[in-house]
Amino acid sequence: MVDDELYREIILEHYHHPRYKGALPDANLTAEGMNPLCGDELTLYLKTDGDRIVEARFEGRGCSISQASASMLTEAVRGLTLEEAKHLQERVKAMLTGAPHEPFDEDDDLSVLEGVKNYPVRIKCALLAWTTLGEILEQQEG
Amino acid sequence: MMPLQTETTYDLQAIRADFPILQRRVNGHPLVYLDNAATSQKPRQVIDALLHYYEHTNANVHRGLHTLAEEATEAYESARAKVARFIGAEPQSVVFTRNTTEAINLVAYAWGLANLKAGDVIVLSEMEHHSNIVPWQLIARMTGARLHYVPFTPEGELDMDALERALQQEPKLVAITHVSNVLGTINPVEEITRKAHAVGAKVLIDGAQAVPHKPINVAQIDCDFYAFSGHKMLAPTGIGALYARRELLEEMPPFMGGGSMIRRVTHEYSTWADIPTKFEAGTPNIADGIAFGAAVDYLQHIGIETIQQHEQQLTAEALRLLEAEEDIVIYGPRDPGRRCGLVSFNFKHVHPHDVAQILDKHGIAIRAGHHCCQLIMRRLDVAATARASFYLYNTIEEVRAFWKALDDVRKVFGKYGGR
Repeated sequence: MVDDELYREIILEHYHHPRYKGALPDANLTAEGMNPLCGDELTLYLKTDGDRIVEARFEGRGCSISQASASMLTEAVRGLTLEEAKHLQERVKAMLTGAPHEPFDEDDDLSVLEGVKNYPVRIKCALLAWTTLGEILEQQEG
Repeated sequence: MMPLQTETTYDLQAIRADFPILQRRVNGHPLVYLDNAATSQKPRQVIDALLHYYEHTNANVHRGLHTLAEEATEAYESARAKVARFIGAEPQSVVFTRNTTEAINLVAYAWGLANLKAGDVIVLSEMEHHSNIVPWQLIARMTGARLHYVPFTPEGELDMDALERALQQEPKLVAITHVSNVLGTINPVEEITRKAHAVGAKVLIDGAQAVPHKPINVAQIDCDFYAFSGHKMLAPTGIGALYARRELLEEMPPFMGGGSMIRRVTHEYSTWADIPTKFEAGTPNIADGIAFGAAVDYLQHIGIETIQQHEQQLTAEALRLLEAEEDIVIYGPRDPGRRCGLVSFNFKHVHPHDVAQILDKHGIAIRAGHHCCQLIMRRLDVAATARASFYLYNTIEEVRAFWKALDDVRKVFGKYGGR
């Protein structure tokens, strides 16, 4: 076991074995995200059937936290409606920024992202995928 | 293996005792500060100069007729003279700015707007910091001038053949860094200036990473502009300098208008103060300027050549240790004699942010990121690098502690092997 609040086993596991990494040619929703100060880049692809997300993938490069967070996101949003995805996005964002939020179950991979909030400079790494998702959802609403 | 010289000609422990921050512990470990290319730490003598000004001399400069105003003016102008002497210039040719970036913007807006027109060529290199790229992009957009970038070789040195070809376009300006803050490369600025002048170009050198670490003589380089920052050379943040050839400063219109920089103001027009005051509108950064002088005194007391030698030993040791690691890639020239005191590197399978974060647990401060050099990152085909950069107070033991702590990176990330 790695005894580290930030580099939790689950984060490293997602980093080394990202769940849905790669392009999604038939995506109907896509957005690019970037953290200009650190150079992390991410493209998020979603495919929806009606208002339900049936496929999610990402491409990008960056640190373990940004990539693991993106991997967790692609896993978590599959099968959700856009509205449910919006709710999840807001919940993760609140967790990462220390705002009140409905906590995640311990066995939910997303729960480990909570540790990131104690490392202020890394919060933006973990947020990258989720703010990119937020942009897609806003475009849909707009 | 080369015999390793660890002797330095100055009393390192006495130097370290001058820097209060080096007593700090970070995450339970003594601070090992290896982020000097971003900003240096400040010795007691510089901090005292700041305190002394505010406690004893605080007054505006160039205007009062009372004792404090005279003392403040004297201290501020004496600091300018020290900074000027440090780079082989006369005081009238040194304009105090906030930093290198402001110094380059001053040249871009004052000289550039007055002298560049559509179709003119500005030659830059691909190893420039954003502060020597973005101002020229803005000026190019305003004037219709064109930017031409000279690449660097796979070894991280400026491609001099490509520079020669660029000069055939008879550029109006060559703006180039003296030392790369990512690769550590020292560019042959004298040769570049000679060749650029031969085709009629003016030459601006970004000296932010050079002045703190090696002897600089602008007269010998023969450049037209030379920009640098105080905070990377023991001075406070918010003070920097632009050297410019005297006749250019005299010809150039002001960068900013306001108090101090005028001679006569009428309803319709104004005339300008003498150089360098013409370029220092408003109340200047007096305290930090005076402390800049104290920083120069400190560096001169030790000797900049001695500091350069010491940094070369640290760099040679860092390169020796990192080169032996199979999972690490080093960027920039391998010969410590051809580079300044920094080493950029990456683990083959770990992102530099993660490296920096793990080293921080050991109290070791390095930089990770694109270092405001996205063109270099693109060329190296990486998003970011990790960078350890050294200064006069760093020890060979600190370099080894840094190298040893990299094992912890392998402990966290290494067990998965390559991706």
